[in-house]
Amino acid sequence: MANGSSMDKPLTGDLRSDGAVLDLAAYEKAGGYEALRRVIKEMTPADVLKEITDSRLRGRGGAGFPTGQKWSFVPMGENAPTPKYLVANADEMEPGTFKDRMLLEGNPHLLIEGMILAAYTIQATDGYIFLRWAYKLAAERIVRALAEARDKGYLGKNILGSDYSFELDLHTSAGRYMCGEETGLLNALEGKRANPRAKPPFPQVSGLWGKPTIVQNVETLCNIAPILRNGAQWYLGLSRSEDGGTKLYGVSGKVKRPGAWELPLGTTIREILERRARGMQDGHQFRGVLPGGASTDFLVEEHLDTKMDYGSVQAAGSRLGTGLMVVLDDKTSVVGMVLNLERFFAQESCGWCTPCRDGLPWTARILQGLLEGRGRPGDLERLEMQTRMMGPGNTFCALAPGAMEPLQSALKYFREDFEKLIPSVLSHEISC
Amino acid sequence: MLTEQERERIRAEATHYDYPQAACVEALKIVQEGHRWVSDEHLKEVAGLLDMSPEALDSVATFYNLIFRKPVGENVILLCDSVSCWILGYENICAHLKTRLGVELGETTADGKFTLLPMACLGTCDRGPAMMVGSDLHRNLDNEKVDEILGRYRQTPEA
Ligand SMILES: Cc1cc2nc3c(=O)[nH]c(=O)nc-3n(C[C@H](O)[C@H](O)[C@H](O)COP(=O)(O)O)c2cc1C
Ligand code: SF4
Ligand code: FES
Repeated sequence: MANGSSMDKPLTGDLRSDGAVLDLAAYEKAGGYEALRRVIKEMTPADVLKEITDSRLRGRGGAGFPTGQKWSFVPMGENAPTPKYLVANADEMEPGTFKDRMLLEGNPHLLIEGMILAAYTIQATDGYIFLRWAYKLAAERIVRALAEARDKGYLGKNILGSDYSFELDLHTSAGRYMCGEETGLLNALEGKRANPRAKPPFPQVSGLWGKPTIVQNVETLCNIAPILRNGAQWYLGLSRSEDGGTKLYGVSGKVKRPGAWELPLGTTIREILERRARGMQDGHQFRGVLPGGASTDFLVEEHLDTKMDYGSVQAAGSRLGTGLMVVLDDKTSVVGMVLNLERFFAQESCGWCTPCRDGLPWTARILQGLLEGRGRPGDLERLEMQTRMMGPGNTFCALAPGAMEPLQSALKYFREDFEKLIPSVLSHEISC
Repeated sequence: MLTEQERERIRAEATHYDYPQAACVEALKIVQEGHRWVSDEHLKEVAGLLDMSPEALDSVATFYNLIFRKPVGENVILLCDSVSCWILGYENICAHLKTRLGVELGETTADGKFTLLPMACLGTCDRGPAMMVGSDLHRNLDNEKVDEILGRYRQTPEA
């Protein structure tokens, strides 16, 4: 039976405070691999799918798609294509996001058990953990944990004596944000440039090497074993929202105690900023926050009591995203911050579609012009036009619309900061 | 030329996948472990081992920020220039590094000890400004800490 702390903090309750990794013995002692033992013996894939669907677990990688529903699209039965694949998305390159690192370094078996269970549900025979290059310590620890799991019969041929087999390997990338986009990731795994693919066909039907594939964020997968160990009802009870579970939240920027914490899904922004991050550093005032990473819309003071869950953040005009917040303070230049973000997106654009390839560098140049005293009347309208041209539906993947979110909301909430940098129409006419 | 051991490691990586091309990023990283960067000659050799055309392999190699197609120094410094580190003082750290090393971003010091590169978020935003030197992560940087870190890498010969 799991201990108390892991009952209300299933993702981090067992993490060691000294930063050392939970090895297999420690993980088992905390109830690890109990779910796998029981599922393999007593549950069919359909039973597991039902439990995950009932738990109302939604993706933690940014898009928030319901996990059970995603798995339900995978072809099942004797005529389903083989092999099927399961991939953990451990690319974590969204600026401001540092949550998956914590799970990967602290408790790799939680991910591995979750992956075996997910793979069993869709009857996948092969899996990969797609890890970003920078996470060297995580890589070492994952390799060791995979070996431990294989030795113990949790992974490989005939898992725990059953007729189910699953092979799992680590793939380390070489640094590019696009590798985190689900279909870009599949191309990267195949050894190609990580350009995204057209959808449909969806990866659940035709993914890695044209076979059915599920790509799932690390944090999402780390929830699977706890749900199957303690049940969907327990999982729903952890949350303060209509969706199930806890969430890793975090804060960076000029706050007193930056960090990441596991809290009930639906904890308010205020509680996270004030109680966990202990408020702003002395001499700094709160102005706004990107609630879920670089590609989410700013929220401001009036939104502080918004619950950090999928529906509430959306109703406030932004997205839960990765759930890791970046705080804007009054000593930091808004336009400078937005320029930093747009430069990132411009550099990481894969260049496939014109609005993104040309629009992002252009956007960055306008912002830089503003900061360097070369602002012109009409610049704000030009920026707004870009936010429409790169809006949802106009580009091949979600990078460009994501890039527009902080810009469009900054123009809305901090308009005066931009306007200050543009000579007034009058003086412009005189100078002409 | 790649060493026989390097060729062997690359062939072994390729057997992990049904399609050898899938091992190409891993293969390029093996080349960099021994040679720091990927020359045209090495690129051709790797392409041959993985049944790829050199052009196809080069188009993958150039896609990645961490595959170097130009020579780099003994220690590659990857300084995070993304949003949280920028808020926490990236620009100061960057200016300090440039002065101490006498190079601009993208350049290698005259003695070949360091290459200074900007890099996207290192996933440690609560403890920025941050940088990696080789495989080592350094966080909560300030100028003194940077000096101390540079000193350490100046002394120790390449690992
Ligand atoms: C440009 C871009 C980068 C992304 N990077 C990541 C990432 O690093 N990790 C991640 O889990 N999801 C990332 N995503 C979201 C994935 O496309 C996908 O939605 C997610 O991995 C699905 O897993 P989930 O349902 O468990 O959230 C990215 C999306 C885009 C458009
Ligand atoms: S939106 Fe940008 S990153 Fe996405 S496919 Fe188009 S060019 Fe590539
Ligand atoms: S922004 Fe620098 S580590 Fe994330």
